[in-house]
Amino acid sequence: MLFRRILLDRITGAWMIIALVTILLLPLIMGVGLYLKSVPLLEHQDLWKLISSTEWTPLQGKFGFWPFIAGSIYVTVLSFILAAPVVVFAGIYLTQFSSKRLTRIIHPVIDILAGLPSVIYGVWGILVVVPFISKILAPVFNTSSSGYSIFAGGIVLAIMCIPYMLNMIIEVFNTVPIGLKEASLSMGATFWESVKHVVIRKSYPGIISAFGLGNAKAFGETMAVMMVVGNRIQVSFSPFEAGYPLPALIANNYGEMLSVPLYDSVLMFAALLLLVIILIINLVFRYFIYRTRER
Amino acid sequence: MRKRKIIEEKIFRFIAAFAAYSLIGILAFIIIVILVKGFNALSVDMLIKTPKGGYYFGGEGGVLNAIVGSLYIAVGATLIAVLLGMPAALYINVHLIRKKRTQNTIRYFMDALWGIPSIVYGAFGFTLMLFLGMHASLIAGIITVALLITPIMARTFDEVLSTIPKGLHEATLALGSTKTETAFRVLFKQGFSGFITAVLLAFGRGIGDAASVLFTAGYTDLVPVNLDEPAATLPLAIFFQLGSPIPEVRERAYAAAVILTVIIFIISLGARYLSKRYSRSNLK
Repeated sequence: MLFRRILLDRITGAWMIIALVTILLLPLIMGVGLYLKSVPLLEHQDLWKLISSTEWTPLQGKFGFWPFIAGSIYVTVLSFILAAPVVVFAGIYLTQFSSKRLTRIIHPVIDILAGLPSVIYGVWGILVVVPFISKILAPVFNTSSSGYSIFAGGIVLAIMCIPYMLNMIIEVFNTVPIGLKEASLSMGATFWESVKHVVIRKSYPGIISAFGLGNAKAFGETMAVMMVVGNRIQVSFSPFEAGYPLPALIANNYGEMLSVPLYDSVLMFAALLLLVIILIINLVFRYFIYRTRER
Repeated sequence: MRKRKIIEEKIFRFIAAFAAYSLIGILAFIIIVILVKGFNALSVDMLIKTPKGGYYFGGEGGVLNAIVGSLYIAVGATLIAVLLGMPAALYINVHLIRKKRTQNTIRYFMDALWGIPSIVYGAFGFTLMLFLGMHASLIAGIITVALLITPIMARTFDEVLSTIPKGLHEATLALGSTKTETAFRVLFKQGFSGFITAVLLAFGRGIGDAASVLFTAGYTDLVPVNLDEPAATLPLAIFFQLGSPIPEVRERAYAAAVILTVIIFIISLGARYLSKRYSRSNLK
């Protein structure tokens, strides 16, 4: 009987540790796998030229990733500018001012927003954001636009990232000790002043981390952006022009992957680039969060 | 001076309230647009028929192939995720309970894994598929989605397990149980509501994700029977039909979007209800 229990313990113990190690090794295995696939491309062209060149003619073997990287950065930054104020103010309201009832209602709302598939956001973007930009916003700025543009991608992305960042921000604001705020209030500061000078200052690293992680998520988001961003290879400054972010490049071209030489290698390199960039951002900002949590 | 302070307080309080309430507005806006737009084309046929000949030119049929394909992939992937994620989470909270540093490092890496976008999993799944000599199929899709949702499953379950009081853990050990018995008979039971939440969260992610199955699951008008057959998925069905120039087909994409939204809604509300129900019997 005891022997059976110990045997069972050993077996399940092994199962548990194998599962854990598999999960932890996953990013490494993914990185190596994608790297091996992109070796042919890296032998063909050097890394710096791949990233900085703007020439994209797959049939002649010229692959410049800059238009895609620039497109990704543009969409991400735009979405961040749109989402950040909403996230901070909503976080402040929900943790400092709101009634119990609102807090109870808003948590499922955030969860559902975070859980909606990106295709649904894409459909909504096509139905609402794209016509809004081509019919209303572009004429206001005296340009014409089909609506399928960087701007549309930014708006859709902003809405997708709000619940993601808000969850983190709420957690950050909740870790600020109430005593600190009370001290500030008892010195005669108004609620807003103590939020501004105590809560925000105290959770500064946390806010930065949440922003960083939100940007990482926006950078890698594929379907919703791809559906509204227009997918034209160009580097332009106007947000009303179409763009072509990196994830969309991978998703759009898997069909031709095996017909053009080196093309599969190119797409896997793009995936590797995404993986490395996002993993680094994640590791850096998560480190901030862990440091603040441990203290 | 004092008046200025009060005005500033009022203004910012208003802005903050506006931001918070706008979240509810945004959710309502999205849901209403999707429902209104998709309601016209929604019919019983959509739910129970596969695409017939001429479907993509506005003919007869539905998206049963995609609904079933999505369910297969999500269920299969969730099973794998449970087999990997559940023991991993238990290990962190049973075997490593005295090693705070290791625990935190593991959680740190798992959180970072959570941030990797699904398109990267898709590309890696494709590489893995070619490496193993498979072609786009149900099983390749299941494996790729499983990779995507396992960290989510493990981390969510772990988060709940970590709140279980240490005394409970010590009591079982004092009674002479092995670590496995502590893990499965006590911690698993106590954290069961969290387990349900984790499973449903992973399931929801799996059913709604398009980028990871784009390369790996393929697309077909038939309902898959074997694991090595390609499978259609609901998000891709929406995506492909939306690209059609024919209005009737686009209408059906909106209807398929309604189906997907309703599924996600059911999962989300179900998770809330079940986790409440099962946490009632917990020891406090």
